Amino acid sequence: MSVASPARTARPARIDFSQPVLIAFAAVLCVLIALPLSWLVYFGFTDRTGAFTLENFGRLLADPAFVEPLLITLVIAISVGVICCLVAAPMGWLVARTDMPFRRTVRMLVMASFVTPPFLGAVAWELLAAPNSGLLNQAYRALTGASPDRHLFDIYSLPGLIFVIACYTMPYVFVLVSNALDRIPGDLEDASAILGGRTADTARRVTIPLVLPAVLAGALVAFLQAMTLFGSPAILAIPAGFHTMTTKIWSLFHYPPKPELAAAASLPLLLLTVVLLRAEHAILGRRGYSVVGGRQSDPRLVRLGALKWLALAFCFVLLLNPIFLPYGALLNAAFSRVASQVLSPGNFTLHNIEFVFFELSATKLALKNTFLLGVSAATIGTVFALVIGYVTARKAVTHWRALEFLATAPVAIPGIVLGVGLFLSYSRAPFILYGTLWILLIAFVTISLPAAYQQLQSAFRSVHSELEDASRILGATRLRALAGITAPLLRTGVIATWCFIFVGVIRELSAAIMLFTSETKVVSVLIFDLNESGDLAAISVLGIMMLVITFAVVILANRIPGFSGGVRLRDA
Amino acid sequence: MRRRGLSRRDVLKGSTAIAASVFASPIAAAAPEPSSITPALIEAARKEGKIVWYTSVDLPVAEKIARAFEVKFSGVAARVERSGAERVFQRIGQEYGSRIHAVDVVNSSDAAHFIVWKRDGWLAPFVPEDVARHYPPEHKDPDGTFATWRAWLSVIGYNTKLVKPEEAPKSFADLLDPKWVGKIVKAHPSYSGTILTATYQMARDLGWDYFEKLAKQRVMQVQSSADPPKKLALGERAIMADGNEYNLFLLKESGQPVEIVYPTEGTPLIVGPNGVFRDAPNPNAARLFQSWMFTNEAQQLMVEIGGLRSFHALVKEKPGRKPLREIKLMKDDPVAVERESEAIKARYTQYFRV
Repeated sequence: MSVASPARTARPARIDFSQPVLIAFAAVLCVLIALPLSWLVYFGFTDRTGAFTLENFGRLLADPAFVEPLLITLVIAISVGVICCLVAAPMGWLVARTDMPFRRTVRMLVMASFVTPPFLGAVAWELLAAPNSGLLNQAYRALTGASPDRHLFDIYSLPGLIFVIACYTMPYVFVLVSNALDRIPGDLEDASAILGGRTADTARRVTIPLVLPAVLAGALVAFLQAMTLFGSPAILAIPAGFHTMTTKIWSLFHYPPKPELAAAASLPLLLLTVVLLRAEHAILGRRGYSVVGGRQSDPRLVRLGALKWLALAFCFVLLLNPIFLPYGALLNAAFSRVASQVLSPGNFTLHNIEFVFFELSATKLALKNTFLLGVSAATIGTVFALVIGYVTARKAVTHWRALEFLATAPVAIPGIVLGVGLFLSYSRAPFILYGTLWILLIAFVTISLPAAYQQLQSAFRSVHSELEDASRILGATRLRALAGITAPLLRTGVIATWCFIFVGVIRELSAAIMLFTSETKVVSVLIFDLNESGDLAAISVLGIMMLVITFAVVILANRIPGFSGGVRLRDA
Repeated sequence: MRRRGLSRRDVLKGSTAIAASVFASPIAAAAPEPSSITPALIEAARKEGKIVWYTSVDLPVAEKIARAFEVKFSGVAARVERSGAERVFQRIGQEYGSRIHAVDVVNSSDAAHFIVWKRDGWLAPFVPEDVARHYPPEHKDPDGTFATWRAWLSVIGYNTKLVKPEEAPKSFADLLDPKWVGKIVKAHPSYSGTILTATYQMARDLGWDYFEKLAKQRVMQVQSSADPPKKLALGERAIMADGNEYNLFLLKESGQPVEIVYPTEGTPLIVGPNGVFRDAPNPNAARLFQSWMFTNEAQQLMVEIGGLRSFHALVKEKPGRKPLREIKLMKDDPVAVERESEAIKARYTQYFRV
């Protein structure tokens, strides 16, 4: 893309371009984030003539059709937060700190569930647990002889929705917890053991308090993810007869569109996110980081003895839900004449594959758009995160805190809210980007920036600045030192960040659904459209293909010559 | 004025109105001379190379029609942009509001949309030869901006494995029987033009309290009118309260356990016009596509592979499907749908909660 990498801008002359480049980055960030948010606030507080009003909020609060989705969303978010911690934290511990067998495999499988778009998971769970046609319910009836209108699971329900969201939110908590456990040095635990503490005491008094901040952070991330998710609720909640905040905001764009109400409905989500992030900061403060860094010994692995097989069984049973069962259902539907029938020689068909690749005229365009956006968003996002991460880690400019704030601010903007804001910003003069891939690119870069930044910033902190200092003493500019010294040392982190953003783009539906046009459709939107007309088999084929492409890109990115070092997505 | 949305749309309408009054002073102009498919048109279409068709017809049917067009006129790719009619309408409004002219030809299952598009001056007057010669006057716009490309019904259906024929509902009133609680699937008027049109006709003929009672049957709410037939075929629900007759024809003919019921109160008739956009990015390909779509050949194909119904005088109904004239129909009324669309959607959401 057209954003020049800092390395190239610096090389020819020996002028230090640092300040101008940094100012430019800050300006771009301001526009990226401030513009959509100001339009959102403007629309929320004005009527159609542009006069100031609080009526939009009044209408929302007076209407039970808005209050109810808000409450339902809170129930979902809290439940998902709690479930994810209960499930993913123990799994993270088992993988990071015990001698459970197949730990790497479990890590990989959790990452596979991270790569799976939540809306695809929701469709797969429709195939599995729709009350009558769901494969699991059919199996239940066949095994127990229950009557045809009895069912074990109903995915079109609030608990069903919470379950599916939890399945694909769990990896966030898992990554936070297992990474924290990887980083917490074994010294303290060793000290506890030397002083005579039993394993249980050590866990209770040392390990758990140390990892608690990560668990809390995980709960918060899970809460925010569940609150702002669009695809799964749209697929499962509407058949069940209720709305969440995101589907309600989306429905406000149905004809006749009510952008002022959509903007007003977006602001509570935004506010809640900001409050929660502040609360997390206030509770955790610096506690989470004090033990990390410096010299450390490898953590001791807890010996589970015979229990280790039980632990492994626990992990695999959990992984049935986001991985094995849904992937099985998608594969079954892709090759079956009727999506709700188990594959047999009698109903095997290649028709669905043929339909998606040779009849469906949107496939090629959507794939091209998605791939193009994935690669460019990942590249631009990584460059942004690198520069900002460097500046804040080295405190290279005076107002580095402002940059840090700007880079992390999008965390507080739910995808659908950003989508509304970007649509309001870029569908009118002077910036008419709606209808082009640029508006989607902006959305994807903005959404992925906070996580990418966090990741690279911590990577910068782990590289000591003395090598850079040496280079600068020898006459290199700051950017030259960055390109020549630090960047090569960071390549693992850079690749992980790139992959993280790429996967994020593939998963993203909530902003895309607000911003696409027929020419700029992406695969997630195509799948969403197919779901609305009930073409589940076509979704299965497209979904499987998308997963294959994503895995291939992640694997390829990790095999780029010169970039050895076994990057795992868990670093994300 | 009920269907007015964003203020910028009004601004746009104002400007097109001015443009219309400048360029087309005889506003009451009748339809233009019918156009046939000429070698020059085909050549011009090939130069453009593609045509984008926004439609709400079920995707597999739409894609088959598009592929047949591509076979007939090699070198002109037909891209289908399929979504529910109400979303197609919203999408075109949103795109035109941002000066994005991506649509060449449009087909909607909500005939009321054509009233709005025509009023806004967005449709090009263009009359294919077949429309002029073989279509009844009530199925073509007097000003030549659109004509009925397809027709079908919104029917009741049931899964024959889950419901015996003698127990199946015979009327809309039968759907209110407590034995169907939790067993009904139904599509949504905010998404589907078919359902919006049907909801208008049913509310007019049966009263809104029918929907109020139906909402208490714990119906499974899906979006597209193409989805309830598919949910029936999967066995996910036993009964569909509304949805496309043509999907049920196709599923039944491919051996799926579904059956159609034409309710005794009358069946809502849906017409889906086709029109060319004035600012179509591929104007010649658009006209070629529009002309071909109304030929006897394309209309017969639409009937055979799509299960749809045609008003082309030479098209024959497929044996085994109940002929249209034998079915008691509810009367369609696009003008009233246009007037009441927003109120219908609001009232529906109030009863069904989504």
